[in-house]
Amino acid sequence: MTQFDLNCPLPLDQNNHITMAHGGGGKIMNQLIQNLFQSQLSNPHLDTLHDGAVFEIGSVKMAFSTDSFVINPIFFPGGDIGSLAVHGTVNDVAMCGAMPKYLSLAIILEEGFPVSDLEKIVHSIKSASEKAGVEVVTGDTKVVDKGKGDGIYINTAGIGEVMSGVNIRPKNVKPGDAVVVSGDIGRHAIAIMAVREGLEFSTTIKSDSMAVNHQVNSIINNGVSPHCFRDCTRGGLASALVEISQSAQIHIEIEEEKIPVLKEVNGACEILGFDPIYLANEGRFISFVKEEDAKKVLEIIPDSVLIGKVISDMQAKVTMIQPYGPAKIVDMLSGEQLPRIC
Amino acid sequence: MKYLEQYRDKNLVLKLVDEIHKTTTQPWTIMEMCGGQTHSIIRYGIDKLIPNKIRLVHGPGCPVCVTPKEMIDKALDIAAQEDVIFTSFGDMLRVPGTHEDLFSIKAQGGDVRIVYSPMDAVALAEKHPDREVVFFGVGFETTAPANAMAVVAAKEKGLTNFSVLISHVLVPPAIEAILKSDRNEVQGFLAAGHVCTIMGYEEYEPLSKKYKVPIVVTGFEPVDLLQGILMTVKQLEEGRFDVENQYARSVSRQGNDPAQHVLKDVFRVIPRKWRGIGEIPMSGWGLTEKYSKYDAELKFGVIDTTAEEPADCISGEILMGHKRPNECPAFGTSCTPESPFGATMVSAEGACAAYYKYHRLT
Repeated sequence: MTQFDLNCPLPLDQNNHITMAHGGGGKIMNQLIQNLFQSQLSNPHLDTLHDGAVFEIGSVKMAFSTDSFVINPIFFPGGDIGSLAVHGTVNDVAMCGAMPKYLSLAIILEEGFPVSDLEKIVHSIKSASEKAGVEVVTGDTKVVDKGKGDGIYINTAGIGEVMSGVNIRPKNVKPGDAVVVSGDIGRHAIAIMAVREGLEFSTTIKSDSMAVNHQVNSIINNGVSPHCFRDCTRGGLASALVEISQSAQIHIEIEEEKIPVLKEVNGACEILGFDPIYLANEGRFISFVKEEDAKKVLEIIPDSVLIGKVISDMQAKVTMIQPYGPAKIVDMLSGEQLPRIC
Repeated sequence: MKYLEQYRDKNLVLKLVDEIHKTTTQPWTIMEMCGGQTHSIIRYGIDKLIPNKIRLVHGPGCPVCVTPKEMIDKALDIAAQEDVIFTSFGDMLRVPGTHEDLFSIKAQGGDVRIVYSPMDAVALAEKHPDREVVFFGVGFETTAPANAMAVVAAKEKGLTNFSVLISHVLVPPAIEAILKSDRNEVQGFLAAGHVCTIMGYEEYEPLSKKYKVPIVVTGFEPVDLLQGILMTVKQLEEGRFDVENQYARSVSRQGNDPAQHVLKDVFRVIPRKWRGIGEIPMSGWGLTEKYSKYDAELKFGVIDTTAEEPADCISGEILMGHKRPNECPAFGTSCTPESPFGATMVSAEGACAAYYKYHRLT
């Protein structure tokens, strides 16, 4: 490498303080996970770097995952922190090819939080759990001083039994596999941002927050043998694809024109300078299946779309075919997308 | 999407590409002025669609990139103060000053907030009369009217706890600085559509005449950009040097009169430092005497803050059109968005960040 003599005091030391980018779902968060958590706590289950861990207890293959919810606003179009706390963990367990069965629920409340809001949230947890077919079987409640929390934080963990004959892991994804996304992307992020920042659009964009375990179940029960699932949460569709391409050392190619995005979401992205492929979703996942199975997945999930395929195992990368011009590389962002000046 | 999809239409794009190929007979160097245009060019691969003979270089029109480091340092000094709510558009938060960025100040307890309009900052000042609310007003002529309006609104509301840290810069003096440079290779310009929406394009006519360069006011979508390039190439091939308007759906020769009226009331033309380039005479705006009590530099006593610009980051060369990002030895190796040497790698609209994001390594 050519030497570049720097007078510039940069780069900034990212490690002095935690910044929001450390939780943004991009490269900086991945560096934190790899350099600190994974390096200190390494074991074969953790090192898989999937949405949950899969292990055997006795003769039963289980999937186990956890997620924390610090969302602001706590109520938003299409859901609230309660339903989200159920969906997030249920989906992580489902991404392991398991039927989620039991959840733990830990709530941290800030002094002064309205009980009526808490009642609404618990009701929402009940309703989301029933729909997903899971039960909250253990829990914990803590209260912190006024000013030491943001109203309410929730952590859930979930456990489920891996469905028989299913073996899901990023490394199983192979050249020729079809890439199917389960529905339109970007709605959750825009719905949250619209409420949080008081952005007014002509129509209310609702979050896509939902439990996807029944969809996963249907795929598996209809004779499809999925190679991998990945939910498109923080960092969006793009980060999920890049993570899989790196874990499996494969080249994924998607077609920009096929990616389903609501026109309202696209409009909001144009205004804010965002790219929808990096926006967070809470009820969307990607299936990697054999080419001949793709049709079945598309039938089982009516809103799903075939967006691309795995084209080789020569190089770990994601490319996107554009309507014209060369295919472009899709990379992870450093941190969160920031609204631009003009 | 109305008024967008039409300007990304594949058939129109390919037709324009074909016409550019037919029109071009010799090598030309064209600069697009605006960071938004740079980003679109790289995102849609426009530079790969046009003939190799046309070299596109990327101009200084990224507001985040050209805001001088000392201005970031001033922002950091103010934002770190206890009674201050410091407000900014999102993409300024990651731009490094001498030691840190606004995100670090936030992480250390500073009240730094992203807003979507300077009027949001005025509303915050009304809501928190016991706190000082400061808005970081950066950008070109495009963002200036809204910032000016915020100052006017604060005055009308009698707010004493609102001020703006202004770092506005102007396009025509930058074009002139580029054309005056001994090393200039730029033969035609795509002027920034949104800047001209406010200012019109009359002020570009003397420049075009004096330096014998075609200047085409151009929009931001693929069809706009290709049409702008075609209009510029046609002029170059025919030996003309006029100011033409591709972005007529938004731009008139005179521009937006009411906006210009507010700008004249609130701002006066002053010399400004451009990050990576240095001082350009009469190239920016500062507040007029009438509004000086809304000047955060005066209010917080940071007017004399200075900072050394990095000598070896080549962002100045890139912003002047002398080099392209992938011609920098540090590009993509020691300089990345996670550890940027200069602001062109930080901002989403910076040329280095656009090249990096779309892996234009060679």
